[in-house]
Amino acid sequence: MVNAPKFVDVKVGDALPPIKLPPVSRHQLALYCGGSGDHNPIHVDIDFAKKFGFKDVFAHGMLSMAFLGRLATSWVPQRQVRKLGTRFTSITWVGDVITIHGKVLAKREENGEKLVDVELYCTNQNGQNTLEGHATMALA
Amino acid sequence: MLDKKHIGHKFNAFTTVVEAGKIRLFCKAIGEEDAIYQDEAAAKAAGYRAIPAPPTYLTAVTNDDPDKGGLLKLLNVDIGLILHGEQHYEYLAPVHAGDRITCQSQVMDIYDKKGGALWFVVSETSLTDAATGKAVARARGVTVVRNPDAAKK
Repeated sequence: MVNAPKFVDVKVGDALPPIKLPPVSRHQLALYCGGSGDHNPIHVDIDFAKKFGFKDVFAHGMLSMAFLGRLATSWVPQRQVRKLGTRFTSITWVGDVITIHGKVLAKREENGEKLVDVELYCTNQNGQNTLEGHATMALA
Repeated sequence: MLDKKHIGHKFNAFTTVVEAGKIRLFCKAIGEEDAIYQDEAAAKAAGYRAIPAPPTYLTAVTNDDPDKGGLLKLLNVDIGLILHGEQHYEYLAPVHAGDRITCQSQVMDIYDKKGGALWFVVSETSLTDAATGKAVARARGVTVVRNPDAAKK
């Protein structure tokens, strides 16, 4: 169970504890295909991926966005997440080692809620961002 | 090129049930091991009324459309040509296993960049609790289509 930070204790610039993930595997992409209902063969069928000009299958963008969700809910309980969004900035290949990390961008109050805006990233083993995301959480 | 006449197109709404077993598979795929997503007792102990759907599980809800691939059919685009450009969720109320969720999607914008080499399709989906009629989430996605004309040659 997650113990959420308190609004008063959070400072702009604070880092969320990063998580280094195991390498993305073909097995993981197959599980995500079934679990998410995204059955696009480009993520699981190398013949199909090559036909459309890719060297190999690659991860669903939404798999990586789920990693951003994991980072958000490792910092605050899920019920406190108000918004989660991302741009997909580069492709994640099989074998890539992704680290999820983020930091506090702003604190504000809106509609009686104490809100914290954070930026969230997936970054690969070469230091390249694959996702550039953001989230808003309500803190007590 | 893509036809901008599709801007404003509304897809058929559909209703689907959030399933605990599918949440478990989703969590296995993404490496999420928190017990609240696996075990109803753990979820209740953490203050949830049932197993919560993880934040991006909403994609599995919207993917449960019986007219799956409707956007690609509408635009006449091959699935091998699309990439995901952006995705944004706004959470208005918690979604749990056992909830029946109604999804309604609409094409909001279509535009191109790089002289038509890349096309962008913006769509929004409203998710409402079928039992109460209350909005639970809004989703906004940008689908990127790679050079649709080249593929038709």
